[in-house]
Amino acid sequence: MDLYTITRQFADSWALLALFLVFLGVVFWAFRPGSRSVHDDISNIPFRHEDKPAPAEEA
Amino acid sequence: MWDYVKLAVLGAIAVLAAIAANYARDLAYMVNAMTVMLAAAVTFLWVLRRVGEDHPEPVHEYNDGVVRAGVIATALWGVVGFLVGVTIAFQLAFPALNFSELTHGYLNFGKLRPLHTSAVIFAFGGNALIMSSFYIVQRTSAARLWGGNLAWFVFWGFQLVIVLAATGYILGATQSKEYAEPEWYVDWWLTIVWVAFLAVFLGTIVKRKEPHIYVANWFLLSFIVTVAMLHVVNNLSIPVSVFGSKSVQVFAGVQDAMTQWWYGHNAVGFFLTAGFLGMMYYFVPKQAERPVYSYKLSIIHFWALIFLYIWAGPHHLHYTALPEWASTLGMVFSIILWMPSWGGMINGLMTLSGAWDKLRTDPIIRMMVVSIGFYGMSTFEGPMMSIKAVNSLSHYTDWTIGHVHSGALGWNGMITFGALYFLVPKLWKRERLFSLTLVSWHFWLATIGIVLYAASMWVTGIMEGLMWREVDDQGFLVNAFADTVSAKFPMYVVRGMGGVLYLLGAIIMVYNLWATVAKQPATASVSTPVPAE
Repeated sequence: MDLYTITRQFADSWALLALFLVFLGVVFWAFRPGSRSVHDDISNIPFRHEDKPAPAEEA
Repeated sequence: MWDYVKLAVLGAIAVLAAIAANYARDLAYMVNAMTVMLAAAVTFLWVLRRVGEDHPEPVHEYNDGVVRAGVIATALWGVVGFLVGVTIAFQLAFPALNFSELTHGYLNFGKLRPLHTSAVIFAFGGNALIMSSFYIVQRTSAARLWGGNLAWFVFWGFQLVIVLAATGYILGATQSKEYAEPEWYVDWWLTIVWVAFLAVFLGTIVKRKEPHIYVANWFLLSFIVTVAMLHVVNNLSIPVSVFGSKSVQVFAGVQDAMTQWWYGHNAVGFFLTAGFLGMMYYFVPKQAERPVYSYKLSIIHFWALIFLYIWAGPHHLHYTALPEWASTLGMVFSIILWMPSWGGMINGLMTLSGAWDKLRTDPIIRMMVVSIGFYGMSTFEGPMMSIKAVNSLSHYTDWTIGHVHSGALGWNGMITFGALYFLVPKLWKRERLFSLTLVSWHFWLATIGIVLYAASMWVTGIMEGLMWREVDDQGFLVNAFADTVSAKFPMYVVRGMGGVLYLLGAIIMVYNLWATVAKQPATASVSTPVPAE
């Protein structure tokens, strides 16, 4: 088989499956138990540090 | 020491540009080379006057000078882009306005059209994205921009790209790829500027003080990285001469077409969608004063959009030499895109839940909500138009132009206006905007303008699509192309009027923003005056 056919077949089988599984993993990770408090904290980031950067010792 | 390196490099660029202008093989190249020479010389003088001066970086404050410059550039390029748009709209309705005799064709529709698209997408939209990236990444990382004056290099470098591209178009330098018209040397320069942009953005994220990366930064980062990839691959070309603007594409035939629309559609997907969604996920929660409706949904919105958008390009090439499987693939992925797009729209709108009363009192929130509404509308219309059966009617008609403008004027324009109204009082330390009444005027002028634009383009697009395919009982085509042109005249005038309203709104905005700064006292000192760096 020529390179085009090989890569094409790989792309529409294993690569497709891998990408789909990665996506499902992302969805599962977003909904994992215990993520709510983390997400609440992250979604409030825009309301901190409006005027100046965090001082160095907070790092 | 570093100053002397800069001086040497700038001096060398100025001299080389002068040599290039001398040997130039065409007018566009010569003018561009002289522009580069001038830009390098001015920067040389600016660096020279500051050699040896000590400029300690104020680590305890954000770098907002470059954001202020970006706000000014966004507003001004916006007005320029809309003005050119209105001009070409009336050129289509009244061809006499091309003034071909007078301008020898240099200001014909064909020259001004790419000027309009580049001015609004890259000059207006690009500056909006760069300045809000710089603003958002600092606030959500709780860190000053990385790289010191590199952010200023990005700002001025990008303005140079715009000027080189615009003068090049008028004088005839174009590689004829839609939304990627600039010739090879402008492409190379943009690549350098873009890598610097990526470095500033990533560097700031790396030194962030917040443990997590806020979702807006994910969208903005994907926009920067993907645009870099698209730009480099679509602009693979070999210059005919180092002293001329002409270059030859590496790809040919349908491969070239597919590469172009892989670029073209992802310019829509990652520049005009992902980037502006980054703005939405910051400015809408800020203006509504409540966090985004669902952070989980925003994560899924992001990954679904990234995974799907990159495949949608082939729907621009239905019924062409492109293999049918590729065009079906593009269509299917476009339709799946309905889900993340509407998920994102719902997320943006529901951020207002419990604060819907603000719609009555706050015209800025109203602008943002209408913007998200147009995002939903155009991301519904787009996939529908990508269906082959619909596309056979809509393709090559004004329906496409109407679709693009409900996205660009409605979604990109309105969210940018909202961001500008949000930013100016904050960046210049003013208590409030000069006039909310004027914001309301802007809101209604822009909204009615878009409605006139989109409605007239639906009518004329579907009409011309039907006229093109109409056959008589003998199987002959009924209409000549010129018949469709004359039938479209009234809708072209309505479209032009819509553009005038939209432009008027933008001019009112510029006045309002100027008055906010000029006619009101500052509440605190603005540490660095504009536009000094």
